[in-house]
Amino acid sequence: MSILADPKDVLHEPPSARFIFISLIIAFLLYLLPSSGAMLFLRVELPLLAVLYWSIHQPNRVGFAIAFVMGLLVDVSDGNILGQHAIAYTLAVFFSLVLRLRILKFKLWQQALHILALLLVSQLLVALTHLFLPSTFPGWGYFVASFFGALLWPVITFALEYPQVLAARARND
Amino acid sequence: MVTQQPEFFYRGPSPFVRLLFFSVLALAIMVADARFHALDMVRSGVATVTYPLQQAALAPGDIVGRISNFFVTQHKLQRENTELKQTLLKKSEDLQRLSLMEGELTSLRRLLGARDAMTERSTLAEILHSGRNPFRRKVIVDKGINDHVQLGEAVISADGVLGQVTAAFPLTSEVTLLTDKNQAVPVMVRRNSLRAVVFGNGRDGTLDLPFIPLNADVQNGDILVTSGIDGTYPAGLLVAKVTNIERNAIHAFAKITCTPLAGIDRDRHLLVLTNLTAQAKPQIEPELTKPVTGKTGKSTQPRAKP
Repeated sequence: MSILADPKDVLHEPPSARFIFISLIIAFLLYLLPSSGAMLFLRVELPLLAVLYWSIHQPNRVGFAIAFVMGLLVDVSDGNILGQHAIAYTLAVFFSLVLRLRILKFKLWQQALHILALLLVSQLLVALTHLFLPSTFPGWGYFVASFFGALLWPVITFALEYPQVLAARARND
Repeated sequence: MVTQQPEFFYRGPSPFVRLLFFSVLALAIMVADARFHALDMVRSGVATVTYPLQQAALAPGDIVGRISNFFVTQHKLQRENTELKQTLLKKSEDLQRLSLMEGELTSLRRLLGARDAMTERSTLAEILHSGRNPFRRKVIVDKGINDHVQLGEAVISADGVLGQVTAAFPLTSEVTLLTDKNQAVPVMVRRNSLRAVVFGNGRDGTLDLPFIPLNADVQNGDILVTSGIDGTYPAGLLVAKVTNIERNAIHAFAKITCTPLAGIDRDRHLLVLTNLTAQAKPQIEPELTKPVTGKTGKSTQPRAKP
């Protein structure tokens, strides 16, 4: 499960609520970085990736409610109709909870393929809700962001797991 | 009783039940927001709470911009200064004539008993970031309710109309651009005062001018200006230029494409126009039926300078 396969580093203690909270805030902050034009197609849904990481690894701590709130934050900051990302994130978290025991058995790049499917489902839902309203379909390039998101999964996993490993080492020493 | 699981393992409702609950909640929120605009308070609350994060995210780009601004050459500054002085001179000449004409117009309107032309106040705003939503054409600007920006106000740049304020938060506001799908502006052709409504088409940076009969007098290169009949956009602002006309006898209407005159994706600074006359409307309307008195002239003021 741990990406740093040192037996000493096996994570016994769950991460603190503060660490989870800060990681979600940072993911949201990075998502807010300005981007426009073609860069929008490379804009990874980092808040969703962070929520998915925690719902897969800590399903008792992070779940639907946090995904929902995160979705609302994204909706406000992007100027969407409220609830579009909320429903998309909720659905992605549902699938992550259904698949999590299976996902955790795989290697990171294989996990990334599962994550790709989850990201695509959530993007599809956002696109569908958009198309109910007067808006323009930006083209299939819109879904490229999911592929980039899946590529980032190992990075996200490392970034969120490494501080925990460091903390565990500090406790062991 | 025997089959009930111990408290220790109980984890609340199953994921599927939770999914249903949150999906229905999200749908309800979407309907409340899109149909009834009932959640504007929530939206502006969340926008205010996340404002520091927004600012933090914009900071790196801001710093880079400032540093590159700092290293502008002396020569460039001088040239820009000269250009600006020339434009100012030209504009001040226009302005002097404008005040004369406005005086004349007011007295003529009084003679005719017509309603006063719109007067407006303007607020200078800067684009914080172009909206991050590929489905819509919106920008976020750095002036909000605290700077008297209100919902529905017109937004212009130096070259013409940019769009309209569609969400006003305390510190920022959201401007929907002309090119957003179905964003409508009442216009008239400057050459012959033919009235129409121009719509954003959302796909590329162009506008559509629908419902114009085949034989209507519209030509390539015609300039469209706001007609001012909606009470939102003051009359006479430049909007777009007709770039393509297809007249096909099998359709009832001509297919007319226009290009906005304002630099939709270029301009960084813009003006938010507050229509002072529209706010005073309830007091003015009853007077319209009466014979004109000197009172109506009082609300006419020269256009405020930015």
